[in-house]
Amino acid sequence: MSAAEALAPAPPAARPRSRAWRRFRRHRLALFGAAAIVVMVIAAAAGPWLIPFDPLHIDLRHRFQPPAGGGHLFGTDQLGRDLLIRLLMAGRISLTIGFAAMTVSTAFGTVVGITAGYYGGALRIALMRFVDAVLCFPQIFLLLVLAAFIQPSIATLTLIIGATSWMEVARVVEGQVRSLRERDFILAAETLGASGRYVMFRELLPNAIGPIIVAATLTVARAILMEAYVSFLGYGIQPPMASWGNMLNNAQEYLASAPWLAIFPGAAITLAVASFNFVGDGLRDALDARLDLH
Amino acid sequence: MTAGAPLVEVTGLRQWFRVGGGFFGRQDTVRAVEDVSFAIARGEVLGLVGESGSGKSTLGRAVVRMSVPTAGTIRFEGRDITRLGRRALRPIRPRMQFIFQDPFASLNPRMTVRQIVGAPLAIQRPELDPAARAGRVAEALQTVELSPAHLDRYPHEFSGGQRQRIGIARALIMEPRFLVADEPVSALDVSIQAQILNLLIAVRQKLGLTMLFISHDLAVVGHLCDRVAVMYLGRIVEIAPTRALFRCLRHPYSQALFSAAPVADPTLRRPRILLTGDLPSPLAPPSGCAFRSRCRHALPACATAVPPLREAAPGHAVRCIRDDVALGPPG
Repeated sequence: MSAAEALAPAPPAARPRSRAWRRFRRHRLALFGAAAIVVMVIAAAAGPWLIPFDPLHIDLRHRFQPPAGGGHLFGTDQLGRDLLIRLLMAGRISLTIGFAAMTVSTAFGTVVGITAGYYGGALRIALMRFVDAVLCFPQIFLLLVLAAFIQPSIATLTLIIGATSWMEVARVVEGQVRSLRERDFILAAETLGASGRYVMFRELLPNAIGPIIVAATLTVARAILMEAYVSFLGYGIQPPMASWGNMLNNAQEYLASAPWLAIFPGAAITLAVASFNFVGDGLRDALDARLDLH
Repeated sequence: MTAGAPLVEVTGLRQWFRVGGGFFGRQDTVRAVEDVSFAIARGEVLGLVGESGSGKSTLGRAVVRMSVPTAGTIRFEGRDITRLGRRALRPIRPRMQFIFQDPFASLNPRMTVRQIVGAPLAIQRPELDPAARAGRVAEALQTVELSPAHLDRYPHEFSGGQRQRIGIARALIMEPRFLVADEPVSALDVSIQAQILNLLIAVRQKLGLTMLFISHDLAVVGHLCDRVAVMYLGRIVEIAPTRALFRCLRHPYSQALFSAAPVADPTLRRPRILLTGDLPSPLAPPSGCAFRSRCRHALPACATAVPPLREAAPGHAVRCIRDDVALGPPG
């Protein structure tokens, strides 16, 4: 620090939020990921209205059109359906399931984690051992077993994926809450006669929000991947409805003759999952509370 | 100062903590507070002094039931609150409040001043309409001489002294009868300390507060308190009216503590009583008198039993078996 800098008046203390944004902006991949997510969401939401094809319309005369052939930007599949519109419709489903499963698992994981961390003792041990137990199941098998018993739909897939991916959030929140639990400001709330619910949701939760957001973002990526797995294996979204997973499944037979059928959904999954992971990483750095101390 | 029923009465209080344990570790018990008894009359300020680790903060926290005492009783307004649960304590909480030592840890960093100072109302009087709540918050801020312009700022935007004012406003907004101040100025710059102390003196007079004032600054205690208790390793070793204590120190530990206090005049040289060694571990306190391991006046008899707190002069109790070590007014 130069003398001039040292003598200059200190800039007004920035609010934590703007400091976090400044750190996030430095993270190039995270910015790229955020942009890609925005583009994908807009495309999936609005794109289908702009494309003059029906995702379910079968046109056997135009099967296996290569990309950019015959007015089909991404080509057509084995039934002559436009691949782009199917990709966008599938994106709607995958992103919806991704966000909805994240909401379910984050809400559930947060409640479990905050309860375990706040009350401690036997309740904490019981809850956290339950978390460990659920983590011991290979998630994909649990998912397949559940999916085999339950009629797959967007809602049931969301619940199933949510039910198998809340443990990460629970662990993060529990650790965070346990470290905040004995802080003076929590004790202050207790000496004011605050209820457990008040302390948990008004005092503790706002201080744990950073790690929760990070875990939630990463959960979206995992949920999208899970949905793709399940649908690829035929237990998820059922044809003729499109999902990125079942499009890949379709494409298997034609890998040599029509590789674009696999490339586009594969790229979509990769882009979506990578983007959410990048954003999660960026947020992890940006929201790190330790960096806010000075 | 002892007329009428005391507001707070502590009898035989013990606060032990288990440490270690787990699967492999040995479990130990820290006896942070051992057999402490005192009473505070309405309107009285009792000072609690002692070095770090003597258990003063633990005692202060136990008295307002921030913890569950291991043994003993705490009476507040004549009622035994030692074993009351969270729900039963809830209506009593607003009448006994706490000021924390560290103003950087005691305010929720995600809340604005409005939310922090208004929290007691949100918790205790949720039926209050927003206008009434805002009025009380503004009033509380005025009491601690903070500007209403600060209402929507976050704690990190304030200095230590300002934060401590916010903490005091939060403690006072419910108009408590009893206030425990746990070293409220020790984390602050000297120049700010006087402001906060004057503020506390002013609100004490205005609200007729009864206080337990924890400090290691003897000058502050002498200025503010009606009576002073000296703590060593979890026990009160001497308790007396401030005037009497400052005139005549009867416990060797009090003498050492008082002789260590700095004097503003650098030309003045006083005999120092230097203690050797550290505070013994409260995990394994010495047998008998806990202070004997560092005491100049220790006798073999000191090791046999914990000396009782005996009245050496009216209102002046001391936990020492020797009667001949009293030290007159220093200097």
